[in-house]
Amino acid sequence: MEHFPALMIVLPLLAAPVAAALPNGRLPWLLTTAVSWGVLAMACFLLATVLGTGPISYEMGGWAPPWGIEFRIDTLNAFVLLIVAGIGAVVTPFAGPSARAEIPQRLQSLFYCLFLLTYTGLLGITATGDIFNMFVFLEISSLSSYALIALGRDRRALTAAYQYLIMGTIGATFFLIGVGLLYSVTGTLNIADLAERLPALEEARVVHTAFAFLVAGIALKLALFPLHLWLPNAYTYAPSAVSAFIAATATKVAVYVMIRVLFTVFGVEFSLGEMPLQPILVVLSVIGVVVTSLMAINQLDAKRLLAYSSVAQLGYMAIGIAFGTTLGLTAAITHVFNHALMKGALFLALGAVAYRIGSTRIHDMAGLAKVMPWTILAFAIGGLSLVGVPLTAGFISKWYLISAALEQGWWWLAVIMLITSLFAVMYVWKVIEVAWFRDLPESRADVREAPLSLLVPVWVLVAANVWFGIDTRFSAGVAARAAEALLGVAP
Amino acid sequence: MMQHHQILRVVTKFNLPLIMLFGLYVQFHGDFGPGGGFQAGVIIAAAFVLYALVFGLDHAREVAPEGALKIFSALGVLIYGGTGVLNMLLGGNFLDYNTLSPAHPAHGQHYGILAIEFGVGMTVSSTLTLIFFVLSGRKERGGDD
Repeated sequence: MEHFPALMIVLPLLAAPVAAALPNGRLPWLLTTAVSWGVLAMACFLLATVLGTGPISYEMGGWAPPWGIEFRIDTLNAFVLLIVAGIGAVVTPFAGPSARAEIPQRLQSLFYCLFLLTYTGLLGITATGDIFNMFVFLEISSLSSYALIALGRDRRALTAAYQYLIMGTIGATFFLIGVGLLYSVTGTLNIADLAERLPALEEARVVHTAFAFLVAGIALKLALFPLHLWLPNAYTYAPSAVSAFIAATATKVAVYVMIRVLFTVFGVEFSLGEMPLQPILVVLSVIGVVVTSLMAINQLDAKRLLAYSSVAQLGYMAIGIAFGTTLGLTAAITHVFNHALMKGALFLALGAVAYRIGSTRIHDMAGLAKVMPWTILAFAIGGLSLVGVPLTAGFISKWYLISAALEQGWWWLAVIMLITSLFAVMYVWKVIEVAWFRDLPESRADVREAPLSLLVPVWVLVAANVWFGIDTRFSAGVAARAAEALLGVAP
Repeated sequence: MMQHHQILRVVTKFNLPLIMLFGLYVQFHGDFGPGGGFQAGVIIAAAFVLYALVFGLDHAREVAPEGALKIFSALGVLIYGGTGVLNMLLGGNFLDYNTLSPAHPAHGQHYGILAIEFGVGMTVSSTLTLIFFVLSGRKERGGDD
């Protein structure tokens, strides 16, 4: 039990080389599925422990922090760990049939090896309490996800992965430069220790520079407008299961890193008060939300449409962070959770469509609701959640965001959020209209409903969208506790 | 292939064991001086690359089959991680080498670092060789140079 913080990273890390060595076939998939469920169980246990008894610290190699690497689990990262583990546990069963159809047979075991490494990296970034260790895990997850995206069956996946590689590497380099500068003035890499030493050095130019590098680097990884250009291609051309997994977890983990750096390492007064980050984040995110929502409306491919919508949703999270208030941060963290659920459900539904008709172009989905009613219904409910219709998870996030905006007296921001929700109605409707009301072309008359092995994961996430739209005690409740802990407000 | 470069071939043959030996020295001397698994892995991989450059890719593949290299690259990671898990099973934290020799923690640190550096060296040398094989074998698989 006490080893869970390390074990939940070590388990997928060690399973990855085993999966690579296993023969191509079902075995690597079964191993990956078993590991992801094991990790989910550990994540649940950790969150329960943290909520019950407070933060957990784990000393790697028995070296006490701040000298050794510390894994530190508090409410915020236990929650993010649960999101990553939960999405992983739902996507891996889906990946079995989906990847068998999309990935060449000879690459199957390597596919699962890369998948497990991405998983390891994302969990590691979230669990670690050491900022350099965070960079290392960032690279593990990024390098393996570049390769995963390149496995898409469209040859354009290669250029998409290359684009992501260049942008991601620049982002990681900026992050590392920031970490290096901080180390040069404080002599420590432990996040808690940094947070203690930095307030005395706030006047130093080096610290300001480090802050700028860290924020720019994370913003690249987070696909904050206008640094989002790598994201639409990467999500569009990646294999279906990979799109769902990365869309629901990778950028969320980047949001976590942003929150950790701004609020834990530097502290809210410095990040949003002393440095001019608040206007930058708000202006960029608002432009980003509007522009990328409009771009989503113009897309011809459903996956690409969802990718642009992801950039818009990340903009909402950035706005939530920029408020710097408990309510704003609660909104951002809740949206991290809810957005993972809705984008997971939507991308998985599209994965089921791709499994049957081999395409996700909106034009090709004409009349599909007649032959794949359950898949399209799942997409529709996920879409409603994305729009923010009451009784879905999306409504809860929007509610908190708008309350946070009104609390600041920024009514214009609330208006913009309502308008962009209308844009979301337009782009979701665009897919639904074609799939539901167009005639099914003759050539597709023999298409059948997606198999149960694909439908079950999709509907698990759809059900979660509805559940957490009604019962917010868990999602918003834990998010509020995490926000209070970050801002130092007594719970 | 360099059939006619007699001197090059003889000198290479003479040097290969020395390169390997130096690689092993860097590997196992890593805890006293500069060096360690990564550097040693690179040096040992350089020996394979040199062999492939002088004697041709086909001969190099006979010496180091790609399948075996894949297994070794995976095995190295397992040795590293396995050491950590062993420490956990012995009652310590992940990678707490003291548990390897509770009576003499310093010895435990010594064994632990040797084991994980061995894993690093194995993975690095076989992965680098594999990368070289894959890149230089592009043409025969129909790649456009």
